[in-house]
Amino acid sequence: MEKQSIDQLKQICSQVRRDCLRMVHAVQSGHPGAALGLTEYFVGLYFNEMKHDNKFNMDGKGEDLFFLSNGHVSALWYSVLARCGYFNTEELGTFRKLNSRLQGHPATHEGLPGIRIASGSLGQGLSVAIGAAQTKKLNNDDKLVYVMMGDGEQQEGQVWEAAMYASHHKVDNLIAAIDYNGQQIDGPTSKVMDLLNLRSKYEAFGWEVIDIKEGNDMASVVEGMAKAKSLTGKGKPVMILLYTEMGYGVDFMVGTHKWHGVAPNDEQLANALGQLEETLGDY
Amino acid sequence: MEKTLDLKYTFTEKKDTRSGFGDGLLEAGRRNPNVVGLCADLTGSLKMNAFEKEFPERFFQVGIAEANMIGLAAGMTIGGKIPFTGTFANFSTGRVYDQIRQSVAYSEKNVKICASHAGLTLGEDGATHQILEDVGMMKMLPNMTVIVPCDYNQTKAATLALVNHVGPAYLRFGRPSWPIFTPADQKFEIGKAIKMIEGTDVTIFATGHLVWEAIVAEAMLREEGISAEVINIHTIKPLDEEAILTSISKTGCAVSAEEHQINGGLGDSIAQVLARKQPSPLELIGVNDSFGESGTPTQLLEKYGLNAENIVKAAKRAIARK
Repeated sequence: MEKQSIDQLKQICSQVRRDCLRMVHAVQSGHPGAALGLTEYFVGLYFNEMKHDNKFNMDGKGEDLFFLSNGHVSALWYSVLARCGYFNTEELGTFRKLNSRLQGHPATHEGLPGIRIASGSLGQGLSVAIGAAQTKKLNNDDKLVYVMMGDGEQQEGQVWEAAMYASHHKVDNLIAAIDYNGQQIDGPTSKVMDLLNLRSKYEAFGWEVIDIKEGNDMASVVEGMAKAKSLTGKGKPVMILLYTEMGYGVDFMVGTHKWHGVAPNDEQLANALGQLEETLGDY
Repeated sequence: MEKTLDLKYTFTEKKDTRSGFGDGLLEAGRRNPNVVGLCADLTGSLKMNAFEKEFPERFFQVGIAEANMIGLAAGMTIGGKIPFTGTFANFSTGRVYDQIRQSVAYSEKNVKICASHAGLTLGEDGATHQILEDVGMMKMLPNMTVIVPCDYNQTKAATLALVNHVGPAYLRFGRPSWPIFTPADQKFEIGKAIKMIEGTDVTIFATGHLVWEAIVAEAMLREEGISAEVINIHTIKPLDEEAILTSISKTGCAVSAEEHQINGGLGDSIAQVLARKQPSPLELIGVNDSFGESGTPTQLLEKYGLNAENIVKAAKRAIARK
């Protein structure tokens, strides 16, 4: 896939946000908040940063791999995969419905192209990504492994087992990112279980840490990804603290945990879609 | 007592089943370059040292972090590796059930979860380490194969068989030195039970260390004029229903014997087969809804009713119910 310009990427983002909202609305369930917040990062990864093949192969040899640990962002991932040609965009209409390959949380079980492991129960994706990165090294495959986690997910103990392991074993072909939106289901992370200084924590665990301060600005995201890539291969795993706003792109959804797992009604959907240009054609 | 018995199988050597795993893994590593080993700070206990020494680049020390180990193993399959994870049975299952469920079983990853120090025969460490629920947890998971070999040779053969088996698997073995009574060159077919001794009055379906107790029990029963058939069910899932039904058609009653909770173990699986296909008396030997405790393996098998004497009593009860 050819690299896209920043303007083209922005247009894709607008369509992807429309997809996410329409998917969640159609089935009246799902997680719009973080999906809207992570749109720039996913679009940047799949349409600009990663070398990947939409003729899906599970082993992904010679490709960059992406793992989603916070699986509830599934609507976003499905939209981006479909828009990349992994499967037909019409299939987005089956999201969360009976007999769909687009399960509520991502799974390999139904054979959806682009997904390499199930996620949903939090805290597991970093371990999986590290394992896949070590297999790449054993296979003399110089491509990278990417993984996305939630910030609330950092409360899971397994994440820190994995963080400790990755630096000890010098897994430097890995770029992890944390969706640093400061929100989780029960409210702001600072109130539910304060993460305090995540940068210091990962640095203390032996990671190279960079910030993408404007995680909803396409140019900043692309620039940050390039910087992260430049830090690979130097003996340390790389962490991106990706500052995003939950619900970004829709004025009444932005910056609140209230839209974590709530679907818009008809009126709210119309209002939201009015704020997002249809650029590639709705499914 | 054993010395005077006319046993159908004898042994010249005792060895721990975990050494069968360690030696099997080393051989597997030599045969297949995709085999990798992961261990959570129990390399010596799991007998993985030889593999680590010969294949340092394919061995991954995880530290005391079992959840991470299961996730790593699942990830390593992506790109074609065949990971064998090693820790005690307790930390291989209960501690990481959700990781196995999502990242291995549901995701259909080719991970081999290899678990030592299972059951009461772990001995002196006591109930915290003597897991008796692991087979139940693992057999409930869709896509999971569950194997419990009976001696050193069979554990080695099972380990090698797992290299060519594609899919999630749980391999359970133990700590104590135990008689080696199956052949070194045995063919190990996953899901295929092995008839150890022919008999006509009662069938003893045994797994793991208790296959040996079943062999002793058969000799004791024979002295009393009772003919027992002994079947080694090394694969709990998928269960060899055909072998079970063929034997029960002949004997008409059975005993199951395992070093596990009765609830959720082999006996429970056999009971389901019999209830559905051929209702017959079944006596279940296993731990009856309790935790273990410290003691020697022999003392514990006796106290919790799992040794040959208890199998003999159970066989008589089963026959009386025909």
